[in-house]
Amino acid sequence: MQAAPRPFWPPLIAGTALGLVLLFTFLISGHGLGASGFFARVGAWLSALLLPDWAFANGYFAPFLRSNPLDSWISWEIVGVLFGGLAGALASGRFRTGIEQGPRTGRGARLLWALLGGLLVGFGARLAQGCTSGLGLSGSATLAVAGFVFLAGFFGAGFLASMFARRLWQ
Amino acid sequence: MTLPLYDNGLLSGLLAGFLFGYVLEGAGFGSPRKLTGQFFLRDWSVFKIMFTAVIVAASGLWLFEAAGWMPSRAVFVPSLLLYGTVLGGALIGVGFVLGGYCPGTSAVGLASGRLDALVFILGMIGGSILFAALFDDLRSLALATVGSPGLTLPQLLGVPTLAVIAGLAVIAILGWKLGSALERKFGGPYTVEEVLEAVDGGDADSARRFGTGRIQPAE
Repeated sequence: MQAAPRPFWPPLIAGTALGLVLLFTFLISGHGLGASGFFARVGAWLSALLLPDWAFANGYFAPFLRSNPLDSWISWEIVGVLFGGLAGALASGRFRTGIEQGPRTGRGARLLWALLGGLLVGFGARLAQGCTSGLGLSGSATLAVAGFVFLAGFFGAGFLASMFARRLWQ
Repeated sequence: MTLPLYDNGLLSGLLAGFLFGYVLEGAGFGSPRKLTGQFFLRDWSVFKIMFTAVIVAASGLWLFEAAGWMPSRAVFVPSLLLYGTVLGGALIGVGFVLGGYCPGTSAVGLASGRLDALVFILGMIGGSILFAALFDDLRSLALATVGSPGLTLPQLLGVPTLAVIAGLAVIAILGWKLGSALERKFGGPYTVEEVLEAVDGGDADSARRFGTGRIQPAE
């Protein structure tokens, strides 16, 4: 028997808090928040472990592998995100182990779509040199043109895709 | 003490990340249904929270510079890529709708217990390796830039920073009103009960048996 979960924060509170955390990050580190860079570094690290000849000769991964690719600010940041997310979920009674899916989607299908979606996002984030956090949020906060162009691509393609993916979630 | 501190050590990363993860979880962004609800116009939390955060952080950066507490152009500003920025953004948009997360929110999804977030993360690592494998063929397309490095909207439009922030605030307020109206129309935004009900036990069969979007009594 679990305690009743507490509601999510109102959007104005959550948005203001997120903006202040982002501002704080700029002031202490000189850059904003990111995420995809960590998963690219894990890819470089994993490739070096499993396919060292290929990884060290690869034009994209070789620069990451001059030192330990995981020894980076963004790695500590993602470790922090995991602890922060866990703390928030536990403190509010919102922690649940399981698979979240739309009402008409089976578990196997959900996991296959999650894998495919992750693949597209991982590839896209390398192409854009950032993701929703690094470009969409942090880039836009510096008023970078790149941040808003990224968001236009993200929302434009997302709305197009949602016309065909309604069954997945609704 | 001069700002920014340019502290890129372990504690700086852990602290910024902890706060980031805590806030994203509170926003409900560990839930792929809530996140994708933006694209079905049922839950506008992504638009509302992201725009608010951008305006708050941009205003704060402006204030620190205008007050002389921080030199101008002292923080990292990403550069626009000719194809990469918009194409990469589009791929992330499609992957977000299909997979339910973006990179940062997948970490929060995993931290709050979602196993589908773990599978999404494995996909992202695979996608990064795929990009590296194709990098030599994509190099000229991927790395082509346009405009001056770190180009900003105030530079591009030739208007003061505050005017751009004010413009964003107008867009945010109009989008917020539209979003709230559509949320009412489509039965959103998702509540914590609706979201948690869709975790695990909510496979297609049990969803039919119990119904979805069932409103539970208040605590």
